[in-house]
Amino acid sequence: MDEIAISASGLAKKYRIGLRRDPYGRLTESLWNTLTDPLRRRRSQEREGDFWALRDVSFEVPRGSIVGIIGRNGAGKSTLLKILSRITEPTLGRAELRGRVGSLLEVGTGFHQELTGRDNIFLSGAILGMKRAEILRKFDEIVAFADIGQFMDTPVKRYSSGMKVRLGFAVAAFLEPEILFIDEVLAVGDAEFQKKCLGKMSEIGQGGRTVIFVSHSMPAILRLCDRAILLDRGRVVIDGPTHEVVRRYLETGPGRTSSREWTDPAIAPGDDVARLKSVRVIPAGGGSSEEIDIRRPIDIEVEYWTRTPGELRPSVNLHFYNDEGVCLFINNDWNDRRWWATSRRPGLVRAVCHIPGNFLAEGRVIVTAVVSTYNPTIVHAMEGEAVAFVVVDRSEGDGVRGVYANDFPGVVRPMLEWQVEQSSETVSVRR
Amino acid sequence: MVLIENPKTGSASSVWDGQVVVLEPHHGWRQLGLGEVWAHRELLYFFIWRDLKVRYKQTAFGAAWAVLQPVLLMLVFSVSLGQLPNIGPAGVPYPLFVFAGLVPWTLFASSLSGASNSMVSGEAVITKVYFPRLLLPFASVGSFLLDFTISLGALAVVMLFFGVVPSLAIVWLPALTLMAVVTAVGVGTFLSAVNVRYRDVKYVLPFLVQLWMFASPVVYTSTLIPAKWQPVFALNPMTGVVDGFRWALIGGDRPDALILVSAVASLLVLLGSLAYFRRVERTFADVI
Repeated sequence: MDEIAISASGLAKKYRIGLRRDPYGRLTESLWNTLTDPLRRRRSQEREGDFWALRDVSFEVPRGSIVGIIGRNGAGKSTLLKILSRITEPTLGRAELRGRVGSLLEVGTGFHQELTGRDNIFLSGAILGMKRAEILRKFDEIVAFADIGQFMDTPVKRYSSGMKVRLGFAVAAFLEPEILFIDEVLAVGDAEFQKKCLGKMSEIGQGGRTVIFVSHSMPAILRLCDRAILLDRGRVVIDGPTHEVVRRYLETGPGRTSSREWTDPAIAPGDDVARLKSVRVIPAGGGSSEEIDIRRPIDIEVEYWTRTPGELRPSVNLHFYNDEGVCLFINNDWNDRRWWATSRRPGLVRAVCHIPGNFLAEGRVIVTAVVSTYNPTIVHAMEGEAVAFVVVDRSEGDGVRGVYANDFPGVVRPMLEWQVEQSSETVSVRR
Repeated sequence: MVLIENPKTGSASSVWDGQVVVLEPHHGWRQLGLGEVWAHRELLYFFIWRDLKVRYKQTAFGAAWAVLQPVLLMLVFSVSLGQLPNIGPAGVPYPLFVFAGLVPWTLFASSLSGASNSMVSGEAVITKVYFPRLLLPFASVGSFLLDFTISLGALAVVMLFFGVVPSLAIVWLPALTLMAVVTAVGVGTFLSAVNVRYRDVKYVLPFLVQLWMFASPVVYTSTLIPAKWQPVFALNPMTGVVDGFRWALIGGDRPDALILVSAVASLLVLLGSLAYFRRVERTFADVI
């Protein structure tokens, strides 16, 4: 039994979305209901509008392993993490955690804007479960990791968001729980800092700690976890070795469609700065957007609503993956220098990325669409595996493949320019 | 929600100290979980420290507000009500009389407001990390004890000014303060839980505090209340606190019965409120 750190059986969580239009129940309404129908048993009845965010989730995690939880938006990942980190109770089921638990559901938990960096290290550390003596002991290391030395006594409200993230993560990185829950915190911070954090997390895993890690980033999951659990609509789809689960994830779900649209800005992916409206694959000259001839150029079109950008310059970036979860390449709309230099206004923005023909390899290509601002890097809207399409090589002789019909490896298949000519030097060939 | 088994001695694993956290649904009433609060007392201290540090940031007068609030009220009431016949007891200067009532009252009123809003203003942490939720209203009340201590100093100055020297009864002051704290924690914790679901509390609170002050003998002497209403009057725990304060500092008849009734009432309010809080606590993160 000592070898199992986390065991969950039949976890389920029900939310009532029927009440969404009136999220804070009104006192009068509740009193009225009680007065008019005092005998009504309200708890037990299953109601219309009940929504099961999680259903019958069971798994065991041995001590010292790192398990990734993956799934699309709304699959129940965050709900599971909230139950495990004791923020909310399961509606059904039971879980046991054997060890001191730490959870990292956001960066900078418990920060108070008015307090200085120094004060916030203590406050956040204490809220995350550290003892005062422990914080004192690690204080210098935390400051060094966050790299904000001279701003230690400045109120956090005057920090740039990058500094806040660094400080927040630094505090969290020095937690020493036996079981750690981490939610998607790596989506923030600049690239170098992300690398530092990933390094720190691998260290945590090697220290004999048990880690449950929720992420959209397949490369991070593949790199950090030996095992993964795929959730879909609240249920466990597959639980096994990471690469198998990731492959399954990439094969299923909305990653099959070549066109996505969100009609209601209120529920579209994004935040106050940017929300996605649509992501589409448009082959040049029309035709099927699901299956695309390898020779044909395609456009990936992203539309997003932007509000109050102010000084911010929202920028679209597209991440292209193949079936194995390998990132083929990433591209940003700042390649349009004219747009990049344009000051932004609220409204709808349409960004199109042109991909030449004879560039992608055969097989499925999955595109993640992101709208971010930089310095510091903040992801405002992100749809993992927003669209996908299949590139088909018909081997008609005029492609990269030419007349060669066998296996043709490579993550891209660009038609590069060649120059071949006959040398004037004569060679005598001996018999 | 949490069962903490005894740490095994000499556990086989070097990392695991034998603690098991069990997560499962709860229905109905639960234990008060004060043991867990005690285990988290360091975090309680940090919350109090935060509230104190933040409270008077970016104010010109800083912690002087802790004294200014009751002093200004004292001036207002002395000018407006001080001349009325029989409003205070004979032989006690009205400003001193009213100030001795306002000091414990301010402790209660600020603590009550702070505690009632503590869950809603703690939303960010409640939805991101676990700790015993009771810490938030407790810390809110705790942070006002420092303000109270400062205003006690001001009260001493006022007493000196009027040449009043307290008797030995002053040793009851801590117990009476505790009673005010128990009442504030009781009502505040209850309201903080209601506030999570019904933000109406925010609007009701100022009226409640105002009405409650006039229902307590803060600006008038309790002898103004007819004898037949005295038992009901004493059910308000703040009646015992305020009258007790004046007795302990200025003198007069010892309000035994009043204090006893008030003390019992405050304890009952506290228990009921903690029980209610624990009952609805499990839904906080989902509802807030």
